[in-house]
Amino acid sequence: MSVLVYTESENGKFKKNAFEVASYAYEVAQLLGTTVTAISFNASNNEILGDYGVAKVLNVSNDTLKTFNAKAYAHAITEAAEKEGAKVVIVSSSTDTKYLAPIVSAKLKAGYVPNVVTAPESASPFTVKRTAFSNKGFAHTEISTDIKIVGVSNNAFGIHEHKTTAAVETFSPTITDADFTTKSVEVDKVVGKATIADAEVVVSGGRGLKGPENWGMIEELADVLGAATACSKPVSDLGWRPHGEHVGQTGKPVASNLYIAIGISGAIQHLAGVSSSKVKVVINTDPEAPFFKAADYGIVGDAFEVVPKLIEKLKEFKAQNA
Amino acid sequence: MKILVCISNVPDTTSKINFTDNSTKFDTNGVQFVINPNDEFGLTRAMWFKEKQGATVHVATVGGANTEPTIRKALAIGADEAIRVNAEPTDGFFVAQQLAEVVKNGGYDLVIAGRESIDYNGGMVPGIMATILDMNFINTCVNLEIDGDKVTAIREIDGGKETLSTSLPLVIGGQKGLVEESDLRIPNMRGIMMARQKKLNVVEPIDANAKTIDEKFEKPAPKGAVKLVSADNIDELINLLHNEAKVI
Repeated sequence: MSVLVYTESENGKFKKNAFEVASYAYEVAQLLGTTVTAISFNASNNEILGDYGVAKVLNVSNDTLKTFNAKAYAHAITEAAEKEGAKVVIVSSSTDTKYLAPIVSAKLKAGYVPNVVTAPESASPFTVKRTAFSNKGFAHTEISTDIKIVGVSNNAFGIHEHKTTAAVETFSPTITDADFTTKSVEVDKVVGKATIADAEVVVSGGRGLKGPENWGMIEELADVLGAATACSKPVSDLGWRPHGEHVGQTGKPVASNLYIAIGISGAIQHLAGVSSSKVKVVINTDPEAPFFKAADYGIVGDAFEVVPKLIEKLKEFKAQNA
Repeated sequence: MKILVCISNVPDTTSKINFTDNSTKFDTNGVQFVINPNDEFGLTRAMWFKEKQGATVHVATVGGANTEPTIRKALAIGADEAIRVNAEPTDGFFVAQQLAEVVKNGGYDLVIAGRESIDYNGGMVPGIMATILDMNFINTCVNLEIDGDKVTAIREIDGGKETLSTSLPLVIGGQKGLVEESDLRIPNMRGIMMARQKKLNVVEPIDANAKTIDEKFEKPAPKGAVKLVSADNIDELINLLHNEAKVI
């Protein structure tokens, strides 16, 4: 029996969420009195997982799996779970993981709970707390199957070091052509910029910015903060920004440490998408904007005056605190 | 091409969320129920396939008789037939098993489900269903083109998009982008009248167990009042974010 954690990587390097899910898996393993085994795909720095409490790494080294493929990855994770006799499988809440986790769930006939925000509340029954109703509520959910799959919400648990030595093994699951009936043709991705999914800071613009030509200052503010950019639903509906940046109930959820909303009034659907963010700052000309009720800090003012000043002051702050 | 669109009956996006029975149940009092928005994009895309490529479109839901107004709306939008699996949707695994049975019995080439419902947000129904049925599966699908049995799809990924090729039979988890919001259909009077004549088949559930149980719900803790900072005092905001909130 062990806890298996799927640690995501890109171009051979672990993503930040790999360390968060490893930290979470360690906590679960402590609760169950067992150890953590990680499965990684074509990662070159597997030993680093030992810093987060992983005792063993099953590294899949396979050129056909250099690009993410949900079915093939799910097959490998399932085989690893069976090989290790894993009773709990921990995964992240990335878009790729939410694609593959239900496949693993069906293969293992295991109950799967995504969007989990705390360590398990009890081991028996195995109960976790997760967001529901698009972050407008929480559910305390029991997983009643022998094998359990937990999807950890981004930035909810945090990264915690538990120094140990990870033994790295090569793992060769039986991947066949049947796992590749869906093939990746092209990936169009912004490289080198934080994404909404794992960003610690998100800078978001709304209709108050008046047009797509004014997004330069949003991007500049995001650059200063190392943040991802986002937008409200009307902005993506108007085509000012791509749908992938739309935050809200029918868009992307944001669970950042800091969310800065500029020119966004705060419709209930938008607030649902950002309520998992820890600190919210609102800049809006309308003091009655509903977002001020949900925010931690606010400035009533014109974005076109406030944001350039904020960029300038943040640059000074960064220079002083570098 | 025979298409099944899976419909979830969810609280309207503007609904205030409350719980009842000692916080063990969602309080439906005063809540308007609608087609899950992610499913609505899929339904409209299915209508496009019907009109341009001559597809047949069925819709299915898992739920009690109270879900029939929602599924009738899908018929009014243009679906040809509806199936209601007569069971309370206890968890995503249970729903996926019921819908997989509908797919098996109906011989569908394409199954469109929303990437997640906006109530329980499990996001597992399309993937579990596809795996049970051994059908191809694409999640967070924002574009779908079908030529014969060849499929080209675009899915949203973190920070971008990925183009995929696959073939029918296929299950997709769809969302906004499959069609634009402005293309969503509102049932007109003729559609509503025609929907009354369309078949709504009620089938009994297969024997299946939920694998998770929501024991209790809670609402987020109430928030303290916002701290307003003067637009002329940006230094104060930076000070608060650095020293108080510790986020920069």
